[in-house]
Amino acid sequence: MPLQGNLRDFSTTQLLNLVNLSKRTGLLTIFDGITTNELDAMKQPKQIPGAERARIAFHQGRLVYASAANQDSSLVAVLNKAGKLNNEQARQLRERMGSLGDKGLAMRLIGAKYVTQGDILAAVKQNILDIVFNLMTLQEGPFRFDDNQSPGSDVILVPIELEPVIIEGGRRIKEAGEIDKVIGSLDVSLKFAENAKQKFKGVHLTVDEWKIVPYVDPKNTLRQIMKVVNMSELQIKRIVYSLNQAGLIEIVNSAKPQVLPQRPNRPTKPPTPPEKRVVLSIIEKLKSM
Amino acid sequence: MQTVKMVVTGPFSSGKTEFIRSISEIQVVSTEKSLSKDTAEAAQKEATTVAMDFGRITVDDELTLFLFGTPGQRRFDFMWEILAEGMLGFIVMVDSSKPETFREAKTILETFRAYAPTPYVVAANKQDHPDAWKPEDLRIVLRLDPEVKLLPCIAKDRDSVRQVLLELLYTILEEMETN
Repeated sequence: MPLQGNLRDFSTTQLLNLVNLSKRTGLLTIFDGITTNELDAMKQPKQIPGAERARIAFHQGRLVYASAANQDSSLVAVLNKAGKLNNEQARQLRERMGSLGDKGLAMRLIGAKYVTQGDILAAVKQNILDIVFNLMTLQEGPFRFDDNQSPGSDVILVPIELEPVIIEGGRRIKEAGEIDKVIGSLDVSLKFAENAKQKFKGVHLTVDEWKIVPYVDPKNTLRQIMKVVNMSELQIKRIVYSLNQAGLIEIVNSAKPQVLPQRPNRPTKPPTPPEKRVVLSIIEKLKSM
Repeated sequence: MQTVKMVVTGPFSSGKTEFIRSISEIQVVSTEKSLSKDTAEAAQKEATTVAMDFGRITVDDELTLFLFGTPGQRRFDFMWEILAEGMLGFIVMVDSSKPETFREAKTILETFRAYAPTPYVVAANKQDHPDAWKPEDLRIVLRLDPEVKLLPCIAKDRDSVRQVLLELLYTILEEMETN
């Protein structure tokens, strides 16, 4: 039977840790949660799996593949995102590749000296990590882990040790917590700060920051921009956060994160030492029952 | 007459009452109350333990073992500390088929450890359920040290319950010998 649960009870980080420690091979699928009227054992609204949100594959405790429903993880998109193919090259390849899968395309691109094998592995690895780091910040969603399942024969697998991913993911979760205080959800919009023209003077933006800037408009939600620029939630939030912190853009309709109440600490009681004779008597009794 | 006490704790509906019921020589003095039909818990279980379950095993003329089951609902957790006082050891029941309760189980385990650092074991209950997580996976998710005993359990099966109690007693003996 597959392992099933919800990320609100059992986080992606814990799942990665479980896979790492038990050296598992299999496929983790994360779904959008559809909230039902039923309550679970912790009295929270029960969620059933809806649309597939992401897939992560593992081989003997190592991460080998990841894809997300809201991101194009085809090799063309991944190489385009990594700057190894320009938009025009990507468009032409999409038109011509027909039924050719990622592995076949990779062989042709290497053969034609468009890219090297190293370029492909680095781009795919980065894409896997972007997706996984983003999934590590998810607060909820049903999941299922199927042992010994694979993502398919035509995807490119890149083995990645999980321990550094878990450590880096933990750091990013902390960072994401800070970012979430400023950007509560993906339904916020962006606008340029007052005197934006002067503020942008002499500022050197990164390529990813430039990708966002044209869409800064209160009419566009961050969710819409994320889809257009093909970035993960964490990626786009980090960029918007840095632009906001630099005073270049402002966030419209930001929601405040929920603060959970904490249980008070309880006092401790000293233990009562048992007698060995008593324990042995109970053992004998139980054995005879 | 000497009496000793063991506590069976765990999240709501993890099988504590059934565990005690399976081994107790008297009909369990259960303080379970029927849940009103409109509550969320009603869907999980017909009745819940309000204050505590109470079972008994008479060892001999001079010694009796009492088993106390804690209430699983957090609004009765003021009872936990009272029940924990003077216990020989405790068992943390985990419903292996309900991952939403694992975090609660871990919190309860840590709370009881703080009350009294007495020996304990963890029982991975409902191992006969098709959705049950395996004990080795539960060990990782509950972050249990390798020396902590995590035992497969089916609370409605007397032999399984007896084995869990015996393992707790062996742990108590081991700790006595170490100290």
